[in-house]
Amino acid sequence: MNLKLKVWKQEGPDTKGYFKNLEAKEVSPDMSFLEMLDVVNQDLIKKGDEPIAFDHDCREGICGSCSMVVNGDPHGPEKAVTVCQLHMRKFKDGDSLVIEPWRAKAFPIVKDLITDRSAFDRIIQAGGYISVNTGNAPEANSIPVPKVKADAAFQDATCIGCGACVAACKNASAMLFTAAKISHLEALPQGKVESQTRVLNMIGQMDKEKFGACTNTGACSAVCPKEISLKTIAKANSLFRKAAIQKS
Amino acid sequence: MSKLDSKVPSGPMSEKWTNHKFSSKLVNPANRRKYEILVVGTGLAGASAAASLAEMGYKVKAFCTHDSARRAHSIAAQGGINAAKNYQNDGDSVHRLFYDTVKGGDFRSREANVHRLAEVSVQIIDQCVAQGVPFARDYGGTLGNRSFGGAQVSRTFYARGQTGQQLLLGAYSALMRQVEKGNVELLTRREMLELVKIDGKARGLIVRNLVTGELEKYSGDAVILATGGYGNVFYLSTNAKNSNATAIWRAHKQGAYFANPCYTQIHPTCIPVSGDYQSKLTLMSESLRNDGRVWVPKDKDDKRDPVEIPEAERDYYLERIYPSFGNLVPRDVASRQAKYRVDEKRGVGPTDTAVYLDFKDAINRLGKDAIKEKYGNLFQMYEKIAGEDPYSRPMRIYPAVHYTMGGLWVDYNLMSTIPGLHVLGEANFSDHGANRLGASALMQGLADGYFVIPATLGNYLNSYKLSEVTTEHSEFEKAYNTVKNRVDTILNVKGKRTVDSFHRELGLIMWENVGMSRNRKDLEKAMSEIQKLRQDFWKDVRVPGKATEKNQELEKAMRLADFLELGELMAKDAFMREESCGGHFREEHQREGEAKRNDEEFSHVAAFEWKSEKDRIFWEKHKEELSFEIVKPSTRSYK
Ligand SMILES: Cc1cc2nc3c(=O)[nH]c(=O)nc-3n(C[C@H](O)[C@H](O)[C@H](O)COP(=O)(O)OP(=O)(O)OC[C@H]3O[C@@H](n4cnc5c(N)ncnc54)[C@H](O)[C@@H]3O)c2cc1C
Ligand code: FES
Repeated sequence: MNLKLKVWKQEGPDTKGYFKNLEAKEVSPDMSFLEMLDVVNQDLIKKGDEPIAFDHDCREGICGSCSMVVNGDPHGPEKAVTVCQLHMRKFKDGDSLVIEPWRAKAFPIVKDLITDRSAFDRIIQAGGYISVNTGNAPEANSIPVPKVKADAAFQDATCIGCGACVAACKNASAMLFTAAKISHLEALPQGKVESQTRVLNMIGQMDKEKFGACTNTGACSAVCPKEISLKTIAKANSLFRKAAIQKS
Repeated sequence: MSKLDSKVPSGPMSEKWTNHKFSSKLVNPANRRKYEILVVGTGLAGASAAASLAEMGYKVKAFCTHDSARRAHSIAAQGGINAAKNYQNDGDSVHRLFYDTVKGGDFRSREANVHRLAEVSVQIIDQCVAQGVPFARDYGGTLGNRSFGGAQVSRTFYARGQTGQQLLLGAYSALMRQVEKGNVELLTRREMLELVKIDGKARGLIVRNLVTGELEKYSGDAVILATGGYGNVFYLSTNAKNSNATAIWRAHKQGAYFANPCYTQIHPTCIPVSGDYQSKLTLMSESLRNDGRVWVPKDKDDKRDPVEIPEAERDYYLERIYPSFGNLVPRDVASRQAKYRVDEKRGVGPTDTAVYLDFKDAINRLGKDAIKEKYGNLFQMYEKIAGEDPYSRPMRIYPAVHYTMGGLWVDYNLMSTIPGLHVLGEANFSDHGANRLGASALMQGLADGYFVIPATLGNYLNSYKLSEVTTEHSEFEKAYNTVKNRVDTILNVKGKRTVDSFHRELGLIMWENVGMSRNRKDLEKAMSEIQKLRQDFWKDVRVPGKATEKNQELEKAMRLADFLELGELMAKDAFMREESCGGHFREEHQREGEAKRNDEEFSHVAAFEWKSEKDRIFWEKHKEELSFEIVKPSTRSYK
């Protein structure tokens, strides 16, 4: 099949971007979306043009590198899938695709479809961990964790930190990302020890990073490739309120 | 040819590590602040090392090519991590894990390293659980296990099919905690392009800032490389697209010996290639062989739909040939058998190059929900890529390049032949011999980073009087200029062929001649073809864009230039190793299709020293003789 592409090009964070019209020819339905872009890029290079820059690495939906909006949807039209796992069989001959980077103040554009998501790292840095030095751990089975709790912790811990939640949110809020980590650690007895400082520090950092406020629209969870639940946000909010009261 | 000193401590096997820790030199806490350690890579090995060293008080700088430390290739590991906890009461022990790993490696690994690995494995699980890694648990709240290939006990800890992700997020969180405390300076989107040596010791790095293109200089007292494996020399592999050999290759060219380059692991269960646009291959975790059964039709060229082929007309060949291990034979064995079936024209799928991995019986026995609970994300991944539902039809799978057992040579302290340069994780050669058992790479990466290097680094720091060094030293300028010239040279070729077209061609040469099955004639051919391709590359590659910007084609070209040299060394090592062992299968040396070792001549680690004169590159081979005190080499049998 043949497709028409409109791809965002931008040299750097401070330059003006624009849409470039391109064609993807003889696309096989078994190609992944990124393989389709690879083919387009090979043609561009052969013609003496510059290829489209985009982040990617594992191409298995787990590293969280790939990040682009396809026809208005972060990671494209398919539910619970990153754009690297999206396959061209979801499209048909003649389709037009508009491809853009994540758009959020907290994620400045590095080049074309690549953004700077280091704000997420700084949120984790503020408290997304359990303070235990190497060598200082008790025997692993000494603290039993009910299976339902462990499974719930796992579910929230599957967040890949891609930033689709921010890209989907009209306020560009990072609440789902932040809440997923809070909720993961909160579900485990090991994580409870630092519960209060964690929630205050992580949410505090999120506010400093120019992310917008969460107004509970749910757009984040709807596009999340790992289907992180909105319940994490409710949980983080309630923990935050309690911690803030205790602190004051 | 010289002999290498592995610095394995004396004493009984089970006491070596304890004794070594006791006799190792300590750096007192107040002095650790004064040492600056440069850690390259933030995968399991790098992140755990950087965090642990910083916790001890060292000043650490950590580098990675990704935008975040959490995206290292380790994140993609699926199936699990081994540890000799014996929680299942099925007869496991440190000794058995040690034994299985030495045997699994086909008696080509260093016993003392493997024993240490088995010993610290139990601490790793404790550490990860304390960090909040949500491993699978049983209803009573204790940790669950499953089985992996090459073992008859259940010792693999897992978090569904996302174990690497959960372990890395644990190590990453420990790392970020040290960043917050100011003990680690984390430099992301940075690629090490040169090692700086001063007075023969590793003292610094030249690093390219992948956003601005600027070349940066960093000095330190020791350098740790934890930059992962080199499977991407084959172009198509299960490794992440950006995995590369550049860091270890630059170090190799500065004097670090490269050990056992030809030991490559071809993983039996991957989704087959579907077209020539294919950019990478996707693994279907070995854990699936706990419940999936591998088969092909008994008849040649049987084109029927798999669900229509009756039981009596299926050949469950692994269960037939290896009744005691069945579907859970080690990877090298399972891969070779899949290749034989395809060579016999009993392959399946659109291109006849696949075998089936079938869950029908497990679903009937345990129910669909139980299978979903164990492998949900893998089944989903398969469905997305192959466009078929693996709950109702068998998966089509075929072997693919997955892991490299070879890597930079290191001694028992994990130090390379360059003083001060330490190598951790998949980047070193140390523990897996000629074949790695499943769920052992995560174990090794974390063992190296959390427990080994923190104990052994002091031996180096305390043995030498290290002079004060800053980036003003002339060696930094020299290294900087070397890198700058290389970048400019590549950009100025301005040829006609894309980087990818060269890489695909290299990959094909490697896969066809240095892949699952190797012989003298093909290996000779591969060496000369790679030399020719390398010349063409430097004459005809086209790298658009500038040096001073985000330039992904330039990044790829620099890595490929190194792969084009490494590929030749792999073929050379495979050519020189006139035996079959583990993943290295020489057609001339087999016993009814099984690997035939030659312990008389090849019970050694082959460690290559880089040499060059004018336009010619070559290597000198050195040997570390292997001796086996405990596990006596025998013919590996899984029958
Ligand atoms: C799909 C898949 C599944 C797997 N599943 C399992 C499993 O279930 N169990 C198991 O035990 N093993 C598994 N493995 C193997 C295992 O994941 C790897 O061997 C292991 O994660 C490697 O870890 P590492 O820390 O050595 O390197 P990596 O995780 O590869 O990290 C390399 C780091 O180095 C950085 N880097 C590289 N080059 C440079 C440079 N020049 N400059 C700066 N930084 C650089 C990268 O940015 C990255 O941070 C799997 C592998 C694959 C491919
Ligand atoms: S490339 Fe890793 S999640 Fe898409």
